[in-house]
Amino acid sequence: MTKKYTCLKSYSRSGPGDAGNTGSWRVLRPVLDENLCIPVKSGKKACFSCWLYCPDGVVSRTIPPVIDNVYCKGCGICAEHCPTGAIRMVEETVLAVEEEE
Amino acid sequence: MSVQTTVLNLPEEEHVHPGNRACAGCGLGLIYRTVLKALGDNTILVVPPSCLTVLQGLYPVAATKLPCLNVTFASTAAAATGVVAALRARKKEGITVAAFAGDGGTSDIGIQALSGACERRDDFIYICYDNEDYMNTGVQRSGTTPKGVLTTTTPFTGKAQASKNVPAIVAAHGIDYVATASAAYPLDLYDKIKKALPHKGVRYIHVHTPCPAGWGFDPRYSVKIGQLAVVSGMYDLYEIENGIKRLTGASQKLLKKDRSPVKDYLAMQVRFRSFSEEDAKYLQAETEAKWEAYRTQFSED
Amino acid sequence: MHIIESGNTAAAHGVKLARAQVIAAYPITPQTPLTEKLSEFVAAGELDAQYIPVESEHSALGVCIAASSAGARAFTGTSANGLLYMHEQIHWAAGARLPIVMCVVNRGVGAPWTIWNDHQDSMSQRDTGWIQLYACDHQQIIDTVIQAFRLAETVNIPVMVCYDGYILSHTYMPFDIPTAEKVDAFLPPYAPDDALDPGKPCNLNTVTMPDTRQDVDGNTAPGYMDIRHSLHADLRTAVEEVVAIDREFRNLFGRGGNPLVESYCCDDAEVVAISLGSLSYQLRTVVDALRKEGLKVGSAGLRLYRPFPDQAIIELLSGIRRVVVFEKAISYGNQGPLYADLKSALYRQTTRPEVENYILGLGGRGIQTEELTSILRDACQGPGVENDAPRFIGIRI
Repeated sequence: MTKKYTCLKSYSRSGPGDAGNTGSWRVLRPVLDENLCIPVKSGKKACFSCWLYCPDGVVSRTIPPVIDNVYCKGCGICAEHCPTGAIRMVEETVLAVEEEE
Repeated sequence: MSVQTTVLNLPEEEHVHPGNRACAGCGLGLIYRTVLKALGDNTILVVPPSCLTVLQGLYPVAATKLPCLNVTFASTAAAATGVVAALRARKKEGITVAAFAGDGGTSDIGIQALSGACERRDDFIYICYDNEDYMNTGVQRSGTTPKGVLTTTTPFTGKAQASKNVPAIVAAHGIDYVATASAAYPLDLYDKIKKALPHKGVRYIHVHTPCPAGWGFDPRYSVKIGQLAVVSGMYDLYEIENGIKRLTGASQKLLKKDRSPVKDYLAMQVRFRSFSEEDAKYLQAETEAKWEAYRTQFSED
Repeated sequence: MHIIESGNTAAAHGVKLARAQVIAAYPITPQTPLTEKLSEFVAAGELDAQYIPVESEHSALGVCIAASSAGARAFTGTSANGLLYMHEQIHWAAGARLPIVMCVVNRGVGAPWTIWNDHQDSMSQRDTGWIQLYACDHQQIIDTVIQAFRLAETVNIPVMVCYDGYILSHTYMPFDIPTAEKVDAFLPPYAPDDALDPGKPCNLNTVTMPDTRQDVDGNTAPGYMDIRHSLHADLRTAVEEVVAIDREFRNLFGRGGNPLVESYCCDDAEVVAISLGSLSYQLRTVVDALRKEGLKVGSAGLRLYRPFPDQAIIELLSGIRRVVVFEKAISYGNQGPLYADLKSALYRQTTRPEVENYILGLGGRGIQTEELTSILRDACQGPGVENDAPRFIGIRI
């Protein structure tokens, strides 16, 4: 007769959002101006510094790069390292008002 | 000479989920993303208590898409040895075992196990991400905290002692591949991991990790500060392969370029606030002397 | 095959027959010959295992924890301060529910330094959640080691096999080494379905919250307390597993039958001496002598100490007038740990024997049969027990 062993373990499986929607951490949101974005302007794969330097991997290496606002924490590294200044950090409060209108 | 990876051929697949608990602008986040791309899917990770434990997720959600073993603080390298031994015993080949620890878990409490594993030539790669403090527990000083830095346990006049040179300690074990890298130069880091992997025994990569919360700067400067550390000549990117040392990337370029002033690096971080003008000058002089010696040592590069 | 060899060699043969796959150990007296023998087996190709000469005991168990998590059968052995050095890992292995087997060659703990036998080392680990078994002779050592792997892998709880340093580890006795075929029939290969594997990624033993949380599928996952409670509950259930495994072992190998408590002349005894390890066999000599004087004495050796076999103790001692607990350890500031556990087991019984506690043999202080005889004779004929305070045998200063 086999005995019942519950054998609970701390065994985690992978998925996003362990810390919830980390986009809610943002005070500043990165906003991309495609007119200044090198890959957009040239139509070729180029630059992608924003993708390279994002600590959270929420920028896609696409033309144009797309930032996942559900999870972007608003650190501003992408804006700091965009060689053309195509990414600006904009106050969430300002954007919230705009989005409401 | 190996081909250098560019932003266009760096693999696109992410092995970490977003929405993890790392701080905004975390240098480790950038390192972790990059290193996992270099290690690939066929990897088992070993992680001691550190910021990475938290980044990787709290039970039952894991941010990492790879198998990972959390272990006690002092035992990272021993655990990596154990995973390698098990895979060998079970005749499972081709799986990379990677230990990923902070500077505390490497240079202080973890150094015994690391030393043992290096001496035994156990086959795994060890990545130390060095944010120069015990960050996860709240910015206490560690063995790699530089001299003069303000931490919560060196709160007024900063750390009295210079930091341990962990890559040199590890290199003294005679392992085949030791390298330093930085979160600010992810492509250089990626290439070093790739270069380390085919070697036998412990391979060691020490990665400079800017930390906005612990060093005291706006998160947007994480990469910039990492770059300043290198281009000022204070933190060097190098590799020691089979005993031969050479500078790499931005550090190699510094052999023929002017370095930016050390005080620019110091000025951007609250943790250097206890530095006087004298201290900064002394540090600048120290850096100059080091690079004079490098110019002689690496004159053929 | 019958040989005459040391207790450490007996243990090594047990590990070899069990086909341990990863062995990590650090030398410490009196465990060293066990470690040496295992490295000989591996070097000679007699045991197909990875032998890791670790740089500390903390790392020894660290290697085993990781190896076991990665699906290999792992073993280590140590004594005294080595065991204490790996203490945090001992807790870890139990909480991680890893079926590691460890031999503890019992030795006293520092300070001051001692290399001689007592049980303080394994006693100090009794709260960690490991299964603790005590062997009383060389045959029991090899048999218990083999059974330990089977037990650990059935219940997913690590098992400590304890045997007396020097008294058993270094003395020579005849014992039988079972055939590999028989042991393979008894102990199948270790094949966990949740080992670390790039094909089935998971994150093991990360920070676990006080309360339950939703997992990636939206199901409720346990909190820390639930996981730890599971360890305790499974330990309690494991008592029956110890008995079941012993029964199966007996059918295959013809030995065993007393997996929880091994008693000698207890059936009609008025006074029973209880102890752990080789001391219970030394007490049989005392029993024989006192029986010749017409005194009804028995000796019982606890084989399973954790989980505590309270039912077996209650059954053993029902109808007994007086129990004398001899132990080679003390819970400093209170009583002998075995004594406290035993009294606790008897507390709710309507009739309880008198109980008394003797501490002896610390740091290998010699245990004289004459002294034991006189104590047990007094237990039969002398005054009642006055208080709970443990009495130390053989204190000279």
